[in-house]
Amino acid sequence: MPSFRFKDHKTQQLSQSVGEVLSRNYSESEFFEFAPYDPTAGERGGYSNYSYWGSTLRSFAQNKVAMFFLILMVGILAFTVVEPMLPYAPEANTIYKGATNLAPCKEYWFGTNSIGQDLWSQIWSGVRTSLLIGLAVACVEAVLGVIMGVLWGYVRKLDFLFTEIYNIFDNVPQTLVVIIISYILRPGVSTMIFAMCLTSWLQTARLVRNQVLIIRDRDYNLASRCLGTATWRIMVKNLLPYLVSILTLRMALAIPAAIGNEVFITYIGLGVPLEIPTLGNLIKAGQTVMMESTLSYQLFFPVIILSIITISFYIVGNSFADAADPKNHVK
Amino acid sequence: MAKYIFKRLLRSLLTLFIIVTIVFSLLRLMPIEGYFQNFEKMSAVQVELGLKELGLDKPLPAQLLDFYSDLLHGDLGVSNKYRRNVPVTKIIAEKVPVSMAIGLTSLGIALAVGLPMGILMARSTRTKHKIGDKLGTAFIVLIQAVPAAVYYLVIQFYGTKYLDLPMQISSGRPVTYILPILSLALGNIAYYAMWLRRYMVDESNKDYVKLARAKGVPASAISRKHVFRNAFVPLVQFIPTSVILTLMGSLYVESLYSIPGMGGLLVNVIQRQDNTVVQGLVLFYAAISILGLLVGDILMAIVDPRITFGKKEGGR
Repeated sequence: MPSFRFKDHKTQQLSQSVGEVLSRNYSESEFFEFAPYDPTAGERGGYSNYSYWGSTLRSFAQNKVAMFFLILMVGILAFTVVEPMLPYAPEANTIYKGATNLAPCKEYWFGTNSIGQDLWSQIWSGVRTSLLIGLAVACVEAVLGVIMGVLWGYVRKLDFLFTEIYNIFDNVPQTLVVIIISYILRPGVSTMIFAMCLTSWLQTARLVRNQVLIIRDRDYNLASRCLGTATWRIMVKNLLPYLVSILTLRMALAIPAAIGNEVFITYIGLGVPLEIPTLGNLIKAGQTVMMESTLSYQLFFPVIILSIITISFYIVGNSFADAADPKNHVK
Repeated sequence: MAKYIFKRLLRSLLTLFIIVTIVFSLLRLMPIEGYFQNFEKMSAVQVELGLKELGLDKPLPAQLLDFYSDLLHGDLGVSNKYRRNVPVTKIIAEKVPVSMAIGLTSLGIALAVGLPMGILMARSTRTKHKIGDKLGTAFIVLIQAVPAAVYYLVIQFYGTKYLDLPMQISSGRPVTYILPILSLALGNIAYYAMWLRRYMVDESNKDYVKLARAKGVPASAISRKHVFRNAFVPLVQFIPTSVILTLMGSLYVESLYSIPGMGGLLVNVIQRQDNTVVQGLVLFYAAISILGLLVGDILMAIVDPRITFGKKEGGR
C-alpha cells in the first residue's frame, strides 16, 4: 500500500538531484553506512546528544518557583482524587443536624455552612467538579484546536475558507456565547462544558495554524519530505515539538479560565444546580454571608483553595511553555 | 485603505447578521413564560392570544423578517417583565451613560498606572536584581490567574470592612465609587503593564537601541524616545476595544455594587427571563464588541504604516 507523501515542485527538484547522485555507481557501503557516535567528531560537526524532552525537563527543573507550584498542583490534584476514598470521608452533601454555621474546629476542619454541611468535604467535591469542567474544556480545546489547526495550516486549499470562517466567529465575545448557551439550555455541568468548548478552540487552532505555516516549508521539513519520511513522522518529530509549547500553555491557561468562567456564570444565576457543589456555588454561598465577620470563613476557604489552584496552573503552564520552546534550549 | 476598511466593515456586518440570526432562532426555543408577566394565572386561550399579539405564532423565518424590519426602524421591541411595555432601546439608552462614566474613569486610571508600570518593569530588567520586574510580574500573575469574580469579592470585603467604604454606590457621594472603579481598573492595569513590558523588552534588544546605548545616550532618553514609542504601537489596537467595552459595563462589578448600569441589567433580565430584553442586549453587546475590533484594526493600520492591509497580524 503506497503511503501518502507530500509532493510539490521543490521536492521534485530535490529528488531529481538526488536521483542524479544516485545514478553514479557507488558501492552500497560507500553510499550509506551507519557511523558510530563519536563525541569529538560530533562536536566538530555540531551534532549533539540533544534530546528534546530531556532539555525541556532540565530547564523546567531549574526554575525553582515553577517546581514549587508544580508540586503543589500535583499534590492538590492527587488529593482531590484520593479524598472521597479516605476512610472518614462522608458524602459532601450530608447535613449534620444542629451543626449549622460552626466555625472551623477539630471535627469540621473548615467549619460548616448555614444548613449544616461540612465545608471541608464540600470544597473538595467542588474542586473535583470544577477541575472536571476545566480539564474537559482544555482537552476539547487541545484536540479540536490541533486537528483543525494542522488541517488549516497544512492543507493549502482549506486556508481561505477556514480563515474566513475564523474571521467571522472570532468576533463573537466568549462570555456572550457562554451566557446565551447557559440561558437556553438546562443548567448543568455538561451544559457548561459545552458552552465553553464551543468557541474556545478557535484561538488554539489559529495559533497552531500559524506555527504550522511557519514550519512546514523550512528546509529540514523539505529534506524530510524528500527523504521520503512518512507524513505522520514529520508531524510527530518535526512539527509537534514546536506545538508542545503553545499547547501546554493554552491548556494550562484554559483550566483556570474555565474555573473562573464557572464562578462567573454561577454568579449571574445560570450555573450548575445547587445540589452539585462547585467552587462557584460555594463562593456564591459564601458571598451571601461574608459581611458577618464570624461567618466570613465560608467565603475565604473556597476563595483560597481556588486561588491556589488557578495560580499554580498559570505559573506551571507559563514556565513549562518557556521550557518547552526549542528556541530556549540553544544556549 | 478605503478598500480595506470597506471590506472589513462588510465582514463585520456579516458577522453581526449571523450572530443575531442564530441568537434569535435559539431564543425561540426558550419556554414561553418569558413573554408574559403573570403566566401562572393565564388560561390556554389567553396565552395563545398573547402569543398572536406578539407575532410569535408565525413560522420562524417570518418572525425573523419582522424582527429585522423592526430593527432597521430602530425598534428592538418592548420589555415584558423587567419594566412592562418600556421599549428596549429606551432602557439601554438610560443605562449606557452610567456604565460608561465608571468604565472610562477606571480605564483612564488603568492607563495612567499600567503604562508607567510597564515602563518601569522593562527598565528594571536591565538592573542587577530585577526587583521591580519581579514584583510587577508577581502582581500581574496574581491578577491574571485569580478569576476576576474572586478578587472583586475580596476587594469588596476588605474595602467595606477595613476602609469603611459603603457597599453600594449612591450618586452624589464620590467616595462610594472608589471600590468599583478600583476593581475594574486592576485587570486593565495588569493587562497593559504586561504587554507594554513584553513589547519594550523585545524592542530594547534591537540593534538600533544597542547602537544608541553604545553611543552613550542616557537610558531614560532611550526608553522614552525610542523603545516606548515603538512598543506602544501594538497596544494602540487594544485601546478602542477597551473604550467601547466600557459601554457594556461590567456584569460582575455592577451587580456587586448595585450600579444601575448595563452589566447589572443583563444579569437582572436573565434572572427574570425577559426574552425581548435579553435578545436586544445580546445584539447590542455583539455590535459594540465587533465595532471595537473594527476600530482597533483600522487605528492600528493608521498608526503603523508598516502594516499591510488585508492581512491580520498573526497569533495574539
